[in-house]
Amino acid sequence: MEIDHSQPLEYSTEQNRLNILGFWIFLGAEIMLFATLFASYFTLVDRTGNGPAGAELFEITPVLAETFLLLTSSFVIGLGIHAMRIGNKKAMLTFFVITLLLGLGFIGFEITEFITYYREGATLQTSAFTSILFTTLGTHGAHVTLGLFWGLFIILQVKKRGLTPETANKSFIFSLYWHFLDIVWIFIFTFIYMKGMT
Amino acid sequence: MGFFSRFLIPNPSPVIYSSMVAIGVTVLLIIVGLTHFKKWFFLWSGWLTTVDHKRIGIMYLISALLMLFRGGVDAVMMRAQLAVPDNKLLDSQHYNEVFSTHGVVMILFMAMPYIMALMNFVVPLQIGARDVAFPRLNAVSFWLFFMGAMLFNISFVIGGSPDAGWTSYFPLAGNEFSPHVGTNYYMIGIQIAGIGTLMTGINFLTTILKMRAPGMTLMKMPMFTWSALVTSIIIIFAFPVLTVALIMGTMDRLFATKFFTMTDGGMDMLWANLFWVWGHPEVYILILPAFGLFSEIIPTFSRRNLYGYRSMVASMVFISIYSFFVWTHHFFTMGQAAYVNSIFSITTMVIAIPTGIKIFNWLFTMWKGRIRFTVPMLYSIGFIPLFTIGGVTGVMLAMSAADYQYHNTMFLVAHFHNVIIPGVVFAVLGAGTYYWPKMFGFMLNERIGKWAFWFLTIGFCLAFFPMYITGLDGQARRMYTYSESTGFGPLNMISFIGAALMAISFVLIVYTIYYSIRHAPRDVSDDPWDARSLEWATHNPVPEYNFAIIPQVNSRETFWDAKYKGHELFKGDYEKIHMPNNSGGPFILSCIFFVFGFALVFSIWFLAIIGLIGIFVCMAHRSFEIDHGHYISVEEIIETEAKFGGVNKWK
Amino acid sequence: MNLKRKGTYMKIKWVTLAILSTIVNVLSGCESLAVLDPKGPQAQTQANVIWLSIAIMAVIVIVVCAILVFVLTKYRDSKLPKDYEPPYIEGNHVVETIIVGVPILIVIFFSVVSVISNNKVEATPEGYKGQDPLVIYASSSDWKWHFSYPENDIETVNYLYIPTNRPLEFKLYSFGPITSFWIPQLGGQKYAMSNMVTTLHLAADESGEMMGRNANFSGKGFAENMFHVEAMSQDKFDEWVKEVKETAKPITEVRFNELLKPGHEGQLTFTGTHLNFSPAPEGENAGHHHGSSDSNANSKGEHMEHDHKSSNSKEKSVHNHE
Repeated sequence: MEIDHSQPLEYSTEQNRLNILGFWIFLGAEIMLFATLFASYFTLVDRTGNGPAGAELFEITPVLAETFLLLTSSFVIGLGIHAMRIGNKKAMLTFFVITLLLGLGFIGFEITEFITYYREGATLQTSAFTSILFTTLGTHGAHVTLGLFWGLFIILQVKKRGLTPETANKSFIFSLYWHFLDIVWIFIFTFIYMKGMT
Repeated sequence: MGFFSRFLIPNPSPVIYSSMVAIGVTVLLIIVGLTHFKKWFFLWSGWLTTVDHKRIGIMYLISALLMLFRGGVDAVMMRAQLAVPDNKLLDSQHYNEVFSTHGVVMILFMAMPYIMALMNFVVPLQIGARDVAFPRLNAVSFWLFFMGAMLFNISFVIGGSPDAGWTSYFPLAGNEFSPHVGTNYYMIGIQIAGIGTLMTGINFLTTILKMRAPGMTLMKMPMFTWSALVTSIIIIFAFPVLTVALIMGTMDRLFATKFFTMTDGGMDMLWANLFWVWGHPEVYILILPAFGLFSEIIPTFSRRNLYGYRSMVASMVFISIYSFFVWTHHFFTMGQAAYVNSIFSITTMVIAIPTGIKIFNWLFTMWKGRIRFTVPMLYSIGFIPLFTIGGVTGVMLAMSAADYQYHNTMFLVAHFHNVIIPGVVFAVLGAGTYYWPKMFGFMLNERIGKWAFWFLTIGFCLAFFPMYITGLDGQARRMYTYSESTGFGPLNMISFIGAALMAISFVLIVYTIYYSIRHAPRDVSDDPWDARSLEWATHNPVPEYNFAIIPQVNSRETFWDAKYKGHELFKGDYEKIHMPNNSGGPFILSCIFFVFGFALVFSIWFLAIIGLIGIFVCMAHRSFEIDHGHYISVEEIIETEAKFGGVNKWK
Repeated sequence: MNLKRKGTYMKIKWVTLAILSTIVNVLSGCESLAVLDPKGPQAQTQANVIWLSIAIMAVIVIVVCAILVFVLTKYRDSKLPKDYEPPYIEGNHVVETIIVGVPILIVIFFSVVSVISNNKVEATPEGYKGQDPLVIYASSSDWKWHFSYPENDIETVNYLYIPTNRPLEFKLYSFGPITSFWIPQLGGQKYAMSNMVTTLHLAADESGEMMGRNANFSGKGFAENMFHVEAMSQDKFDEWVKEVKETAKPITEVRFNELLKPGHEGQLTFTGTHLNFSPAPEGENAGHHHGSSDSNANSKGEHMEHDHKSSNSKEKSVHNHE
């Protein structure tokens, strides 16, 4: 495996470059997945049956907290990749841990949010609107949760094996995933919560 | 017992019982055979754990042929039931199960894997690469497909087959009108297989973009590779839509959500829309590689270059993007306003233009050529007029006012079989014959192959052309019977005779394979057809590393240039070659997916959770795994090449 | 070698003959086909479109076949001299302009035809505009059709009598799976769904008996989900309505609920319509409300589908829809 030292570590072998391109393409597929969920959401948003509508459910505080946590975590992982680029393994790991903790906070708020909705009579089964709402939020949340585990595994590998072309490649790809989830959240925040609360 | 009663077939019949016995006996024979001949290790190390694109391609091929058998038997049963009015061969429930499985099996478990087989085997060779970008993922793709297909197929003997049509519209497919687990098998089996397909799309797009041999610009790629590129892009954008639709359908059935229900805000039309936003690009996923295959076969057997390369590329790119803008033509009658239907009528008809360009380009490729009537060429020649007829009936269907009469009738059934069979099936059968020597090292018997071709072609015409007429006379599709007074009898009988001829052709195809295995000489040249593209510049059988030296590409027909115009294909010395290791991971992961899927189908929650955990454990293991592959040393390469007669053996 | 060439040539000849004779045979029997034997203006429009498209598409098929046959006979390997080496031909701008240009023209032509005919079949038929349409609600339940005539206040099951020379406006919906209301000789079909009402504009020019059926697969009893149609003069139709009113029993909620159960039922006649106690899913009763929270308690679980919306106790008006 030839290492091209003129490239950043995560791009330095041919397989690394293939992995990164492949992951971008995967993100393209993920965009379609979330686009489908959003299209379905807009189709079903007013079909509330006997259940509550968004305006009755959504509250600004937890949503703002979730947004702050996730956006900050995205910024922090950016710092982490930068640390990786300059070879500072300790800083990189610290930033990654903070990212995951913020992500964990996000999930905590989201779970509380779901429990609140459940108590207010909006369950997954209440109406078409609640079904698509929970499915969209839940798909994003499941992706974040998966990311928490994935990120943890990467932290463990970097800790044990150091910054190698493989671990750098994995870390970079994970950061792409994390940024992507952040962008999806911005859409959720805008078109589900903000729009629903007006 | 309450727990076990869920696995019983709700509507058993002698056919189903005898199939259970047959399946049981076959499985037993396989296990006994493998044990007796001590082939378990061989099976595991050579095939179950392989990441070699060539072997994966062959596994796809074998699976597709088996599924062709299953789907074909379904078809013959349907035609037999409809051959005479008021027939009692299949009752309504069984007929409904048969046509539902026929559709799913033929499209998703026969045509798709057949295309994947050829893409897997041929594309890396055509671009001068040693494997795909992600060999491990490639194996995952295959095994997920296989397990998804197995899950779907097992419904026949455990729990009951789906019976709401291959399109599975709601609310018919919901719990109230389809209470038994058949539709669960549909939702989950297809989901698992679909994940595999999505992975293939990502894999091949990366491979084709990044791993072409030096000198092979995009506009110098062979046409089949172009079609694989374009198809991969469609897969990436279309399959996630199906993923979401199937998840929603599964949730409606298993978790009482309200996506497609008749109450509480549910919207049955949403299923139809999501399904077809995927479904229409899906048929282009099937046909574009078929077009690519014809673009390989016709030039070879006309001994001419492909006419209009640029417009061929442009038309495929156009078709692929455009295929996302026509989906509503599958339900013109669903109550939307006239202007909506007008828009989709126009977009649908526009797609005919690039397709027409391709037909003419193939005809002009044959112009001034030297045409040899081999089996692959016969399939290509049969394709041209028959697919044209199917295509123009598509333009007829596109006119939505007229479609109000054609929709859901046998006219529609005739149209789509008229494009899929001469289009996809002819392509894969022709290409299967064409690439057979490269895959297996011997030729398929031409004489028997030609008989199979004629039986298939004539059988196809007899089976499907009468349906255009009965459709216009009021025979709807998916009707298990009709009365004598409708007058549909005689033409349906002709259809049945056609189906019988097609069944004979399948037997002949199998016999061709059997006969050739037994009698065909094994000293076949590397390039038996005098072909034009790079995949033929390899040895028979193709060594693990494909090319000992990566070829230098100079034009669209580099291999032809190397043979006849003195182009030097393989320059330089041998260097050690890096190859990926085999792995049991993909197979094990897919087995767990099977268990997970099965558990979901029957709502066995504890098993489903265990399965889900198992899947994540596999993914975690893969994350921590260190696997750098292995190297094939220069000595090994020299030895292998010596056995085959050297790098330039075809000269 | 000679025999082999002759054999291939003979094969091509026989195949061509087989195809041509099939086409001729097929076309000659065409007029008696239901769709091509229209008895109403919508079906006539559709039949015209179909014939037009068959004609133009046939030309395309013949052109393709002709080129193919020509190319195969002239450039067969066996017929060419041994040293003939085919030329490299990249393309030809004139040829390409034709094969792109002609299809574009054909598509433009058909687009115009399509838009015009689409609008025709989605509106009151020509020659009937300005007249007062007869509104008939056609609703499907597994596996039968209920026809409600609000204007005449009668209801039939599985058979439909209609007057000739009067525009008909069918309001379609379903109590269960998506079905498709189709009378081939009068016009095209349209889906009947559970949470909205679709409209189909038809008219009958001549009297006679016709076949009608559900065209969208809806389960076990789908194949038999047919209904008998008879078009008759307005006078005869009025006579029939009078007879029904004198002899038939009124449709009650209890009886209607029984009818909704899965089955085929045969042909039945009632006075009154079920719309009185079970309105169609249109207007306030439509499945999709925009923003309003429907305070009607109608969550009765699994049997909702067989239940009409009788819990609409707020809806007390008798529906006489235009």
